Amino acid sequence: MSEKPEKLIDKKGIRLDGRKADELRPIKLEVGVIPNADGSAYVEHGKNKILVGVYGPREMHPKHLSQSDRMVLRCRYHMAPFSVQERKSPAPSRREVELSKVIKESLEPSVFTDLYPRSGIDVFIEVLQADGGTRCASITAASLAIADAGIPLRDLVVACAAGKIDDTVVLDLYDAEDKLGVADVPVALMPNLNAVTLLQMDGILTPGEFENALNMAIEGCKKIYAMQKEALRAKYMTVKEEAEE
Amino acid sequence: MPLFFEKKQLVTPGDLLAEGDYLAGENTYIEGNKVYAQRIGLADSENKRVNVVALRAIYVPKAGDVVIGTVTEVGFNGWTVDIKAPYTAILRASDVLSRPFKPQNDELSQVLNAGDLIVAKVASYDRAHDPQLTVSEPGLGKITRGQIMRVTPTKIPRVIGKKGSMISMIKQVTDCQIILGVNGVVLVTGKNPEDEELAMMAIQKIEAESHTTGLTDRITQLLKEEKAKMEETKNE
Repeated sequence: MSEKPEKLIDKKGIRLDGRKADELRPIKLEVGVIPNADGSAYVEHGKNKILVGVYGPREMHPKHLSQSDRMVLRCRYHMAPFSVQERKSPAPSRREVELSKVIKESLEPSVFTDLYPRSGIDVFIEVLQADGGTRCASITAASLAIADAGIPLRDLVVACAAGKIDDTVVLDLYDAEDKLGVADVPVALMPNLNAVTLLQMDGILTPGEFENALNMAIEGCKKIYAMQKEALRAKYMTVKEEAEE
Repeated sequence: MPLFFEKKQLVTPGDLLAEGDYLAGENTYIEGNKVYAQRIGLADSENKRVNVVALRAIYVPKAGDVVIGTVTEVGFNGWTVDIKAPYTAILRASDVLSRPFKPQNDELSQVLNAGDLIVAKVASYDRAHDPQLTVSEPGLGKITRGQIMRVTPTKIPRVIGKKGSMISMIKQVTDCQIILGVNGVVLVTGKNPEDEELAMMAIQKIEAESHTTGLTDRITQLLKEEKAKMEETKNE
């Protein structure tokens, strides 16, 4: 990490990476990238690169973990050793175990788990390159992959963070802003149902700032949601266009 | 009481399909008085029922379905069979042997072994119990020849076509026997491997382009062209 710069956001409201306060990083979403998996998705969110594979619904192993009245959702969030500047040990860290749980809990409300009792779905999230906000990008991609697997959903789940750097509330923090900033508020949302499935806060905000950040994050989510739907359609639309020519 | 989609429109999970006095059909759900989509698919409505024809879904066993499965394990009094569903199916020894099963006389692995493929019918299934299979009907049992392929179970009706038009056309042109497992596994048996390849190619094309229009014509044309090519190489 280099020296802390004096200002994370200048007088004109331009951030270190050149974005405005309410601007998202460039996002690329792709669906169906792993033919071996039942469903898969790949996301590039700024410098984050994340690959998600979904398997199931299939028989639960070990069997004693299965539930007689619903399907079990399992998540594994994992960062590749080469995903950050300093080599990360491939063994699951405390942070990864926690994020796996957080992601699982933010996806679970969207899945109709009662349709396939005694079975399980496995969601594998591999972070190939990390640059802040991986949990949000992971949730966005994982939900896409689950939809791609043909698992019934109430809605797609989108996630986006907002936070505070210096004294400004901004959208979609990247690594440096996250580490040097004041606060970070990741939000996951089912936009059509207007239901928040994840809300965390790291740092200190006044109630006013918090509300501001939350609304900003929700606006960001809605923008990503449109891209998410587009990505899901794209897989079938390209085939359709080619075939009907 | 509006509908929020055009006929055959591609919808994604969570899309609002209808509001008001509507019923939730396949792959949709109701929250309050609004109908939403559950899966990615093509939306359609019939009277007051809103349906989504899914482009991808897993097979859910139903009593009476003909399925194709792989024997995964030989047990004490039966076999476990993988039918590409969320649950593994059970096939009882007494059902296959059509006489009382005595463990001391019969060696089950000589009747069906792990890795064998079978055509079977789902005898029973409910949420609490794994599906049970039966092979005690003509046409069911161990597969001895042919080739196997997988398609998404939701596309099997498309492969069959209206009143079986698509499948009978493929059968006729390629001169193959085709068994469509409702679980998305397809068995193609022909006189020679080339015919089988041709039939499989057609089915693969149907799967990839099931959501497009004018498919039957394209498949007919494809088969004709390929068939002509085969004749040419034969004559040379």
